[in-house]
Amino acid sequence: MMERQNNVLEYLDNIVDICPGKICYANKSEHLTFKEVYNSARAIGTFLHQKGHYKRPVVVFMKKHPKTIVAFLGVIYAGCFYVPIDEEMPAHRIDMIIDNLSPEAVICDNSTMDKIRNFSYRGEVYNYDDMIKTAVDDEVLSRIAEKAIDTDPIYIVFTSGSTGVPKGVVACHRSVIDYIESLSEVLRVDNNTVFGNQTPLYVDACLKEIFPTLKCGATAYIIPKELFMFPLKLVEFLNEYKINTICWVVPALTMISGLGVFEKKIPEYLHTIAFGSEVFPMKQFKLWRKALPNARFINLYGPTEATGMSCYYEVDRELADDEPIPIGKPFKNTEILLLNDSNELAEKGEPGEICIRGTSLTLGYYRDFEKTNEFFVQNPLNDCYPELIYRTGDLGMYNDRGELVFLSRKDHQIKHMGHRIELGEIEMVVNRMEGVVSSCCIFDEENKKIILYYTGNCSKADVVSYSKEKLPRYMIPNLVLKLDSMPLTANGKINRLLLKEMYITGRRS
Amino acid sequence: MEALLQILSDLHPDIDFEKHEALIDEKILDSFDIITLITEINEEYDVRIPVDEIIPKNFNSAKSLYELIKRLQDED
Repeated sequence: MMERQNNVLEYLDNIVDICPGKICYANKSEHLTFKEVYNSARAIGTFLHQKGHYKRPVVVFMKKHPKTIVAFLGVIYAGCFYVPIDEEMPAHRIDMIIDNLSPEAVICDNSTMDKIRNFSYRGEVYNYDDMIKTAVDDEVLSRIAEKAIDTDPIYIVFTSGSTGVPKGVVACHRSVIDYIESLSEVLRVDNNTVFGNQTPLYVDACLKEIFPTLKCGATAYIIPKELFMFPLKLVEFLNEYKINTICWVVPALTMISGLGVFEKKIPEYLHTIAFGSEVFPMKQFKLWRKALPNARFINLYGPTEATGMSCYYEVDRELADDEPIPIGKPFKNTEILLLNDSNELAEKGEPGEICIRGTSLTLGYYRDFEKTNEFFVQNPLNDCYPELIYRTGDLGMYNDRGELVFLSRKDHQIKHMGHRIELGEIEMVVNRMEGVVSSCCIFDEENKKIILYYTGNCSKADVVSYSKEKLPRYMIPNLVLKLDSMPLTANGKINRLLLKEMYITGRRS
Repeated sequence: MEALLQILSDLHPDIDFEKHEALIDEKILDSFDIITLITEINEEYDVRIPVDEIIPKNFNSAKSLYELIKRLQDED
């Protein structure tokens, strides 16, 4: 009989006996075997237990490195939940996150030990290298595991919030297991899989490499961020480490195809290319297909609030130049409800909001019941018993083949450089700047640019410097334009449509 | 050079591109900027920067980027 898994750590506990000496997580200079990952994570778990941390958020503030993943796992061994933060985040944002969490412990590496003191945080700071020297207490760790139930949280990741405050999405063992089982099946991960991780470790996207690697005894290489500026070197890296499976955001892929890498070099070992976060431009997609005609190309779609990805589509036919790559169908054990404005199922060809039903739903937003109740709502098709669905705010439609296709957003959320951004968050931050009277952001879909209009008496350079201080890199407007006055609609709101028209006309002239 | 400086300062109005010499090493430019630069240089100067020239040393300063553009124009 199949044993029932209720803890993500069972993946590691199981695989460490099968291939202890194999490389699990690695980068250019560091190669951690499954045994090393297991031992260090359990040492960290023991350490945190001895310090009295249990069922609380533990912040992991480390640079992008295989050890960071070990720290995540260590936090889970302690029965706590990890919260990744990164030095790419501006201090202001980190302070807001710390404020939301009130954490009692932060794990740092040597490069971040000093930096953590720049923030409002005043609790315990532990150094990873010290923690892994702790003698593992097997008895304590198995007691924690026995007491854990699968709806206990294992991590919180923060996503952009339209009010200017990031929202912490809380996920549990059960939703992650559900996701990893389905995803591994779709990607066909096995012990020959070599992942090349691109996504930052502070977003849920990296679950795609972290857990399938443990489940299947695969290997995951963390690719240095800088390589994503220099595409030829990036492909050389893929070839050097024989990377065969990638789950990247679309801009990372189009950088390779768009700048002409394939004329010089082909990623020889790649056979599975999964992509998500935004629409893959067909011209670029065709360059990839031409370069790697035998590879599998899989479009993934899903929100952080449903643990990662919820739908997939393996490109299995020629697509027309103006046809978007469908997001296909939901993963096993997930259902998509496409709801129209009357909260009824949309007919074929009718747009509706993509709503998600199933175990993969996360627990909601940390310390924000109001926002949670706004988006995680009772299934309107069920008036008999409590059942939650997550309303994504994405509009979709079924095509003639019955495949789900993404259409647009209901609100001002955008996808830029693989990140999910609320334009409202940028405006809230800029509006707080002294000298700014009002501001409004629009998104140039075609050229993928965030354009900020503002009025006030400060210079463009000041506005950009201020944004760089307060916002993550990927949220900084790509073009800042000053106006004498902000155009308003009849009822006094900023006229976004007019700004968009002004921008487009300005570009043409 | 004027046009190049304009393209750069549209991306980062807070940076003095005539003086800065470590645009990559100090992480002033990111991957989005690199793509924007390559596209806009192509439009402005009618040169296509080949992928093997997309390396840190060519992008560390406005000066080295301009030298690259000149060199590519001469090769045409």
